[in-house]
Amino acid sequence: MSDLHAHSVAYVRESMLDQQPPPATETGVVKWMRSNLFSTIPNAILTLLALWALWSLLSGVAPWLLNGIWTAPSLSACREILDGATGGCFSVLTERWNQLLFGFQYPSELYWRPTLAFVLLFVAIAPVLFFNTFPRRMLIFTAIYPFLAYWLIWGGSILVPLLAAVGLVAGYFVYARFVAQSFAMGFFGGIVAAFVVWWITGFLPVEGILALTPVESRNMGGFMLNLILGSVCVSLSIPFGIALALGRQSRMPIIKWICVVFIEFIRGVPLITLLFVANVVLAYFLPPGTNFDLILRVIIMITMFASAYIAEVIRGGLAALPKGQYEAADSLGLDYPQAMRLIILPQALKISIPGIVNVAVGLFKDTTLVSVISMFDLVGMIRGPILASTEWNGVYWELLGFAALLFFVTCYGISQYSQWLERQLNTDRR
Amino acid sequence: MASLSDPQGSESSFRLSMLLNDTRYRSYTFQFIALVCVALLFAYLGSNLAANLRAAGLSISYDFLGDPSGYDINQALLPYTSQSTHLRASLVGLLNTLLVSILACITATLIGVTAGVLRLSNNWLVSKLMAAYVELFRNVPVLIWIIIIFTIMTAVAPAPSAFRGDNPDANMLFGAIAFTNRGVYVPKPLLDPLGWVVVAVFVASIIGAILYRRHARKRLYADGTLLPTTWPTLAIVFLPALVAYVILGRPITLELPELGGFNFSGGINLLGSLIALWFALAIYTGAFIAENVRAGILSVSRGQTEAAAALGLRPRRIMNLVILPQALRVIVPPLISHYLNITKNSSLAIAVGYMDLTGTLGGITLNQTGRAIETILLLMLFYLAISLTISALMNVYNNAVRLKER
Repeated sequence: MSDLHAHSVAYVRESMLDQQPPPATETGVVKWMRSNLFSTIPNAILTLLALWALWSLLSGVAPWLLNGIWTAPSLSACREILDGATGGCFSVLTERWNQLLFGFQYPSELYWRPTLAFVLLFVAIAPVLFFNTFPRRMLIFTAIYPFLAYWLIWGGSILVPLLAAVGLVAGYFVYARFVAQSFAMGFFGGIVAAFVVWWITGFLPVEGILALTPVESRNMGGFMLNLILGSVCVSLSIPFGIALALGRQSRMPIIKWICVVFIEFIRGVPLITLLFVANVVLAYFLPPGTNFDLILRVIIMITMFASAYIAEVIRGGLAALPKGQYEAADSLGLDYPQAMRLIILPQALKISIPGIVNVAVGLFKDTTLVSVISMFDLVGMIRGPILASTEWNGVYWELLGFAALLFFVTCYGISQYSQWLERQLNTDRR
Repeated sequence: MASLSDPQGSESSFRLSMLLNDTRYRSYTFQFIALVCVALLFAYLGSNLAANLRAAGLSISYDFLGDPSGYDINQALLPYTSQSTHLRASLVGLLNTLLVSILACITATLIGVTAGVLRLSNNWLVSKLMAAYVELFRNVPVLIWIIIIFTIMTAVAPAPSAFRGDNPDANMLFGAIAFTNRGVYVPKPLLDPLGWVVVAVFVASIIGAILYRRHARKRLYADGTLLPTTWPTLAIVFLPALVAYVILGRPITLELPELGGFNFSGGINLLGSLIALWFALAIYTGAFIAENVRAGILSVSRGQTEAAAALGLRPRRIMNLVILPQALRVIVPPLISHYLNITKNSSLAIAVGYMDLTGTLGGITLNQTGRAIETILLLMLFYLAISLTISALMNVYNNAVRLKER
């Protein structure tokens, strides 16, 4: 049969053909372009439009960037060097670099202190951000860091932050001693102990012991001020936010309504009005004779603002937990604080992390609003002292672009981190 | 025999420790403590306030609202002069806030929906460009965007004198729109009495179009007849008004801005600060809305599209009848909270000198009268009222589109 078949047709190939490459239009760049850029006519038009937009953007910006002048003492000198050609005067950035970062009143010989605090910030938050890679023991430094950073940035005697830390440690020991009996006792006992320690140590003479040159709050400025406000307010607002969210979920009507009114009021007004309150109103509500500086008042108001938003995010996390978790905690015989600490909050906070990061990024961007109440943060520095100076009057794009770039790098970094973290924590679902 | 925890047994022997340890009374104790704490806090703040006011020789009074304001507002939607009261200045500011908010909401929605849909496009270049737009604008503070656009409007746009002469440095767009550093001049429609008839016809035909679409939907649900909607809607909206316009002898004319003296006259002058605020809020919030729209469309599972295609629906119908109704349920609630954000962020007007509520009541009125507590309280209440109204509307909508489960 088989040899008959072989002879009944004129020609039968006996060897396999070599594999042929696919047609040129179905492979490589051409295929990719055909399917991704020019699959249909509208698509092709869109592509061409996008290319045109990209080209006009690049052709405008590229010479400005590449032809930029980095060393010139003033705008007029820079224009002279450029001699009519397109180019940015980036020398404003190099000349005013310290002002952009630290404000114009921070003593220049002390710049190393905030710089050191900034570098140490990374050491301090690394074990929090990458909890799997770094040893847990580094968290001790994280706990010390706020006091160290305060000492470095504001200066003064080291005893002030040290005694504040001692108060907190005393509070923690009292809390750890009593929490086994009752959470409320431990919690309030800890607070009372901390205040007692602060009150007693308030009588100690603190002047001049291991003192750095003190710098007043009103001398803070530049991007440093944005970073201080952002990090302090976000970290302070998370515990308040948790408390408010739990209060809003509470079955006790009075506590619930106090929290609801606070949250809805704060969320209903713009941050600027709260900053106005910090600027002109808050002083009326403080005891006569006290003199809080502006930065502290602003921190109070921004913290209130952020905690209302974080409370809503955490409330979402609490609501997203299956009812069974609450019931399981109850059936184990845990009381409310135990159930919250051991069962509910760890899961709810994990769900809320992306939302909390969103609020944190939004808040960090919103710290630029303090320039409206004449604090000299990055935007305030640009609009105030730098653009008003005779040397740099009129150099808008370099400065605004730099500010935008700084914020973009920070905020984009944080949001990328949060997406990475979400994937890391996604242990229970698939 | 009654157990120890039996309520009946312990009724007669109420002990003080039960206030803390018995779950029946404990919540009352806590609430009482919380209430006392809040009351004490308010009493403390109130006594501080009273003491501080006494020390400064001030009092709380809203009489200043009736006094003449003594300042000008460069954009007033109500009749307003510097002799008008502070209250009227605040209302003018409120209207300016609402104006820029509404303009920015509409523009942000258009930008956001376009960018969100384009980001899902299978065109690689376009989707990457849109991703770049979203990331770039979301991660830079809105205040910086406002300042950037304001700088374009004031420092880069040409002065009115650049439009002068036979061979001017700057030209009007379409011969009708002039971008100057004193704002944008656009043509102003002039209406005869008959012109109002045309406007009335136009409004009536919009209502008619809505009614027609509702009728079409009712038919679709009742007996499955699919009436065409796109062309009839366009025809109903535009044809009657066009016919009326021609029949009544073209009663609407445009007043073009003209260069006279040192500035343009005629037309409508859109202030540079208004434009800066409007577009900065729109493109900034548009980036958020784009993400929102993308998430909404992605939330509709692929099976829905495939099932609709298997039923033989065409791509447009799939979009309109299957995907959009489901996606909107995800898109709209965060969309409205972005509208809220626009309204609140419009208070940044004060950074570019647009006279909104914050600029009038919280700005010049506050500075002139020195009544910080009263003005800022009023300012907060105004914003709170706007916010609560919008969120009330949002709740109504959420209840209307909620999945009705059996």
